[in-house]
Amino acid sequence: MTSYGAVRAALERGDLHLRERVEAFLQRINARNPELNALLEVWPDEALREADRIQERIRRGEAGPLAGMVLVIKDNIAVRNHRLTCASRMLASFESLYDATVIARLREADALLIGKANLDEFAMGSSNENSAFGPVRNPHRPEYVPGGSSGGSAAALAAGFCDAALGSDTGGSIRLPAALCGVVGLKPTYGRVSRFGLVAFASSLDCIGPMASSIEDVARVLEVIAGFDPQDSTSMPRPVPRYTDFLQKPEVRRWRIGLPREYYAEGLDPEIRSALEALAGDLERAGARIQEVSLPHTEYGIATYYILATAEASSNLARYDGIHYGHRASMEAVMASLQEEARQVRAELERARARGDEEAILRWTERLENQDSPLVRLYKLSRTEGFGTEVKRRIMLGTYVLSAGYYEAYYAKAQRVRRLIQSDFMRVFEEVDVLLTPPTPTPGFRLGERLEDPLKMYLADVYTVTANLAGIPALVLPIGWHSEGLPIGAQLMGRPFEEERLLEIGRVVETLCGTAA
Amino acid sequence: MAVTMRDVEYIADLARLLFTEEEKRRLERELNRILEYVEKLNELDTTSVEPLRHVWELENRMRPDQVRRWISREEALRNAPAADSDYFRVPKVIE
Repeated sequence: MTSYGAVRAALERGDLHLRERVEAFLQRINARNPELNALLEVWPDEALREADRIQERIRRGEAGPLAGMVLVIKDNIAVRNHRLTCASRMLASFESLYDATVIARLREADALLIGKANLDEFAMGSSNENSAFGPVRNPHRPEYVPGGSSGGSAAALAAGFCDAALGSDTGGSIRLPAALCGVVGLKPTYGRVSRFGLVAFASSLDCIGPMASSIEDVARVLEVIAGFDPQDSTSMPRPVPRYTDFLQKPEVRRWRIGLPREYYAEGLDPEIRSALEALAGDLERAGARIQEVSLPHTEYGIATYYILATAEASSNLARYDGIHYGHRASMEAVMASLQEEARQVRAELERARARGDEEAILRWTERLENQDSPLVRLYKLSRTEGFGTEVKRRIMLGTYVLSAGYYEAYYAKAQRVRRLIQSDFMRVFEEVDVLLTPPTPTPGFRLGERLEDPLKMYLADVYTVTANLAGIPALVLPIGWHSEGLPIGAQLMGRPFEEERLLEIGRVVETLCGTAA
Repeated sequence: MAVTMRDVEYIADLARLLFTEEEKRRLERELNRILEYVEKLNELDTTSVEPLRHVWELENRMRPDQVRRWISREEALRNAPAADSDYFRVPKVIE
């Protein structure tokens, strides 16, 4: 893939026409999207119209910093007058009334939006198999998953459908698919990028971030989308550096790079381990100081994450009740559901009476008397029909950990452990500037392989959830190939609001590994 | 703290979800397995650790409460599963 810098220069010279470029992307999409299922919607007419408009702005010398950069947007981010499905039956026909702040900023910069990317339903998943519109496949090996939940964005990039993409990352949802598809993905610091217009999953963890084929393009997009937004009270009022400036003369001589030993523990695939060790050696020869460090609470990350994320999700997803928007069950189905339930309960009651079982008689009588009202059954049936299996499982777990009597034991406990995990990072960042880790313990897995085992699926996020829990930025980029025919990635984690450091070192890694675009 | 079938039914009611008997049995199994895993957190003594509620310990940020035009009535009703010209339509709730 050509990096945007070269494309922009050719567009300015008039050697390249944006319309032809967009047509080439559309052709690749038409050829391969039916197999990969990376995009849920493509907007050819709008993209071609935009191409002409932006071409004209380039000709007049008025074009913004991303003029003609072609992007796909994960379908949990609002783009005005387009569907916003979150890959859920619940929102299958929902149309956004406004642009997310990141979209407004991309438009302002003259970026060109070409379509919406598939994802795990409501961004809940590590494999992109939880989409109501079918799984996404890994372009490098279609029998393998692309990683999730931003699997559509990563697969679209790897298949050459776009220059860049937006994803979202709650526990690794940008970084895991970036690693498995061999692209660059950045989860920014919490509060660096506005979440306004991102459909909420777990609000204390959710981040929007850029994905692309090169560090440079990720830096360009971040420069545009980052910054305070009055519409998101958790976005931070801090100046946005010119991230691309840090890529002019990147070097690692100044930097201390830590290898947290807990991320190189048992269970790490040997090829991934040796690729990272080789990279650490290269960085050391390039002048970086490499040292082993320890993040002792790493092993508690997944447990902490799955309590906090599901609790927040159960609360955020309570809004889908079938009344103002989203899927609504039919009244016929509601009445049939109540009648069927009443019939079953009456039958149980008869059996209990026949047995003379007083306790059961009391219980079934109560059930009959306390049947849902039609309105409550409408909520329940709408939600039951609208949500998929994994979303329901997480709502159940989240509701359980927040329910009376368990709040302290689970939710408050997890918030305390979250502080310990954050403190681990803040302590090692006094010794080193960034951390170099594997993004995932295994090179990827086949479709269907982990679907029956939710806990095993959750463990795919073991090296990524910690950055969300601590709020720190983390970058994933490709560093080589695994013998299974899948990419190997590396993860760089840094201090809060020091994305420029990750990008600079990432640029050096690109050169060392020969993965530069 | 094992989850029972009764707990699954109680939680499903709170979460406004319906499950078949088979789904309930499966959830009982899965929730127990996940909760067993998260028991791991009890290895840590956190009595002197403050819960972390926001990563940067933000203060509440206030803004003037001003009326702004955001969406029209027509737009507000655009995604409604059922609506007439001015209102969301809901099933009859008062007997």
